[in-house]
Amino acid sequence: MDMSNLGLLLALLGAVSAALFAGIGSAYGVGLAGRAGAGAITENPDLFSKVLILQLLPGTQGIYGLLVAFVTLVQTGLLGGGAETMDTATGLMYFVACLPIAIVGLISAIYQGQTSVAAINVVTKKPDQFGKAMLFPAMVETYAILALLISILAVFSL
Amino acid sequence: MSKDYTYAVARIRAKEMSLLGNAAIEQLLAARSCDEALRILADRGWGNPDEDLTADNMLAAETKKTWSLIGEMVKDMSVFDVFRITDDYHNLKAAVKLACTGTKVDASRVFVDGGTIDPEKMRLAAEQKDFSALPEEMRKAGEEARETLLHTGDGQLCDIILDRAGLTAMYQAGKKAENEVIREYAVLTAVAADIKIAVRCGRLGKSLDFIERALAPVEELDLAALSRAALAGVDSVAEYLTNTDYAPAAAALKESFTAFERWCDNLIIEHIKPQKVNPFTVGPLAAYILARKNEIKCVRMVLSGKQSGLPDEIIRERLREMYV
Repeated sequence: MDMSNLGLLLALLGAVSAALFAGIGSAYGVGLAGRAGAGAITENPDLFSKVLILQLLPGTQGIYGLLVAFVTLVQTGLLGGGAETMDTATGLMYFVACLPIAIVGLISAIYQGQTSVAAINVVTKKPDQFGKAMLFPAMVETYAILALLISILAVFSL
Repeated sequence: MSKDYTYAVARIRAKEMSLLGNAAIEQLLAARSCDEALRILADRGWGNPDEDLTADNMLAAETKKTWSLIGEMVKDMSVFDVFRITDDYHNLKAAVKLACTGTKVDASRVFVDGGTIDPEKMRLAAEQKDFSALPEEMRKAGEEARETLLHTGDGQLCDIILDRAGLTAMYQAGKKAENEVIREYAVLTAVAADIKIAVRCGRLGKSLDFIERALAPVEELDLAALSRAALAGVDSVAEYLTNTDYAPAAAALKESFTAFERWCDNLIIEHIKPQKVNPFTVGPLAAYILARKNEIKCVRMVLSGKQSGLPDEIIRERLREMYV
């Protein structure tokens, strides 16, 4: 096996991980909140807009993962051409740089989905408490943003 | 996905909004007659508009609505068997008695909705003396009850055989349940039923053999001690309870049997109240079913009280705590 492209392979693995795991987390979170949302609007269709916002909250991790993957692909030259051989250490650094959003994206989206479900339950009973209810899943977003920040800074600094 | 209740719980949250609270029950109590109370309930969407406005029709319709709603949302209804098994045994009791006495009555008057088995199947089994279409435990109990009733003509013996079998089946199903709410319900219901049996047997001066045959086996109570206490009377049953996990029941029992029954139902409602803030698991659905049962029981008390012309205070002291 030709090991000269191992660096690029590791960088690509990092980019793919960011999109893959954060995307899986978001799909799970949005799906979970969507099921609760469907239950809520079955009984009260007027809640649709409020419930939709709560359902979409866990979807951001997938976007963050996509962003980090895109930046990594551009930085390494894998996107837009010009990819050259990369030493293993640099490739490994790209891979590690992508890990925060890959891992935190996956886990935070799942938890955010569960918190969104709880918030949808609140809105179902007390629609006027939407503002307060939305804050709880929004809090989980903080950690996804922090992970995004570190991944982006790390990828740009390489 | 069959154990994912996210959609169902969110729907139940909305449905909980229409459960009757204490204020609604007070409004019913303030009604001048049973008909007025029925109209108040009909305005809240209770009953079936296509049927006559009677208490029986309305309460039967509400029970049907509850199970129909749960059936829409849950694929595997066996998770709720604990709540339905006693209705099956009630129907089996009715089927056996109808078959043995040769009575012909309208099925809707003796069978209840909500069980897991079609009452017609039970009626046929009892009439044809072939219980093979029923589950094993029910088959054994049905055959024994039928034989006992035919040979002794003692309806009470037939009752205790089927009541005990029903309670045992419900308790065993509850013990196997994954959900804590269902497990707790089964245990509390079986324990409360055994205590009620002991009290009633004590009052009627039943023999030790009769008491032991009537009590359903539960791990939480020492049945030998409870049977001996029942022989000695209600005070002895209360005394026995003070040494168990159900010590608070003793005080209620000393007050009155009605107070004890209310204590049992209120305890179940207290246990299920945390489900109002649980967004996952089958717990909130189980809690809703129990809340509806409690609500229907309370409405039945109010309507019966109004029909009998009982003073509001007498009705009020029998009413249970509401879920919402």
